[in-house]
Amino acid sequence: MTLTLGRPARTAPAPARPGTRRPARFGPVAARVLAYGALAALAVAVIYPLCWMALAGLKSNGEIFSDPWGLPADPRWSTYADAWHQGVLGYLLNSVLVTSASVLAVVLVSAWAAYGLTRLDIPCSQPALLLVLGAMMLSPTVALVPLSQLLQALGIYDTYWALIVLYTAFKVPFTTFLIRAYLLGQPVEVEEAAFIDGASRWQTFWRVVVPMARPILASAAVLQALFAWNEYAFALVFITDDRLKTLPVGLADMAGRLNSNWPVLFAGLTIAALPMIVIFLIGQRHFVRGLAAGMGK
Amino acid sequence: MTRRRIRHTFYVAPALALIALFVYYPIVENVRLSLFKFSVFRPGMRYVGLENYRQAFQDPVFWHALLNNVCYAVTSVVFQVGAALVLAAVLEELIGRRLRGVLRAVYFIPAAVSMTVAGLLFQFLYQPDAGLVNSALDAVGLGGLRHDWLGDTATSIWGVINMSQWQSFGYTTMLLTVAIQRIPRELYEAATVDGAGRIRTFFHVTVPMVREMTTLLIILTVSGAFLVFNEVMVMTGGGPANSSQVLGTWLYASAFTGDDMGYAAAIGTVIFLITFAAGALQLLHSRRKAVAA
Repeated sequence: MTLTLGRPARTAPAPARPGTRRPARFGPVAARVLAYGALAALAVAVIYPLCWMALAGLKSNGEIFSDPWGLPADPRWSTYADAWHQGVLGYLLNSVLVTSASVLAVVLVSAWAAYGLTRLDIPCSQPALLLVLGAMMLSPTVALVPLSQLLQALGIYDTYWALIVLYTAFKVPFTTFLIRAYLLGQPVEVEEAAFIDGASRWQTFWRVVVPMARPILASAAVLQALFAWNEYAFALVFITDDRLKTLPVGLADMAGRLNSNWPVLFAGLTIAALPMIVIFLIGQRHFVRGLAAGMGK
Repeated sequence: MTRRRIRHTFYVAPALALIALFVYYPIVENVRLSLFKFSVFRPGMRYVGLENYRQAFQDPVFWHALLNNVCYAVTSVVFQVGAALVLAAVLEELIGRRLRGVLRAVYFIPAAVSMTVAGLLFQFLYQPDAGLVNSALDAVGLGGLRHDWLGDTATSIWGVINMSQWQSFGYTTMLLTVAIQRIPRELYEAATVDGAGRIRTFFHVTVPMVREMTTLLIILTVSGAFLVFNEVMVMTGGGPANSSQVLGTWLYASAFTGDDMGYAAAIGTVIFLITFAAGALQLLHSRRKAVAA
């Protein structure tokens, strides 16, 4: 069965399987209506709070409390501008910087490692592989205490580097695993031909392997972006300078600071939520493929 | 020959260096630190052996936090594996392709929203006076159930758990859908020919055929439940009166508020052992699968 999720339909919907439509009994029809109703209700329950949040950003504080369910009587777009200037812009830029740097770093480092582990003859490749894959079992938040000492010793505590380096290091194992699995399934002939034609290993990697692996690299990038964009514990502990804070921590700070100016907070939350929703909707295909690959088929 | 092999190691070296320094070393160092009493503000460390672990076992907050993690794990397995599997199967079974895709995307969207955003939003939804949860209860005539959900020690952790189910079930539904789509159609046709109804088909075809994925998801969900941090931190900070504390936030509070770094390291080691066990199960599981394949 091929993976069809999120792709445009290539074939007509399969005809109802024989037997699924039983001769008229009341049950199945009622069950079907009930099921559709339940699915729709679930969809509303899931999406309503988010729509409510976006709308609440257009209301006045009084309106949120007096008429929580109503539409904004007099939409105040200035609230969104307010939120923007309350620091959301700064947090957003920090998040963009840290996320894109760690995406780039994790994809590069993992692609090199995956290439080395699948295609090249290196000493101790078995132990090296085990070391990389074993690190998938170790989880980030456990070691907050030694990590804070380590970052201080390295002099990168309270800098962008702290987050970039940690986000990269903790996701290299999984990303390497993902790319390695993909490379193992790809033929080596083209690479060998390029190599025989006089390309160096380095050139072969960039001109043949990277283009060939583009789909899995894209999936890896999307997953890493989602992780880095939302990470909280490291960003909370290792960044104290307000100017360097990323969205998750910055928003939480802002919530405390605004002291119940709810519309501005909801506007800020909406601004923060939008980029990832948009990226997900655009990149659904890579997303799902990445998830599926990551789960081990 | 050897020169070339050495040059090849440069491809793997950055990955290994990063992992060794930022993943393995801190874990080992954490175990060492858990044997000391020390503070950020005073220099010097005092070796205390297993004292920090004894402190943990006698600490009621530690046990309560562990219990909260267990509640988290059980609820998440029920909803994010059990209910999500039913949902994925119903979606596959009932609905036209296009609508199915839309619904799946809608269910997934909260997972693309940061936990902080979701946490702060739900914090408001749970508000005692204006929150939508209470006003919805009023609207359907269940006003008697009105409650200060996050402010009451009996319900605070459940408020957080509920938010996190809202956020994550779409993600697992997506994965289970992928697994269901890989089941050969013939099996369903055979089941139909044999006269099996939908429910029997679900239990006798779908459930066994996606067992790989459900096992994996259970392991991931359980280890995820012991690492919970962000949502608790944002929504309740572990309060009121430590009622919603989980191991992760109790570690944070011990280290950075209580300044008891050695104790925090000991909690870290406990979390590590639990999640490591889950990870080892996962590795064994995928190894067995590789052998079977």
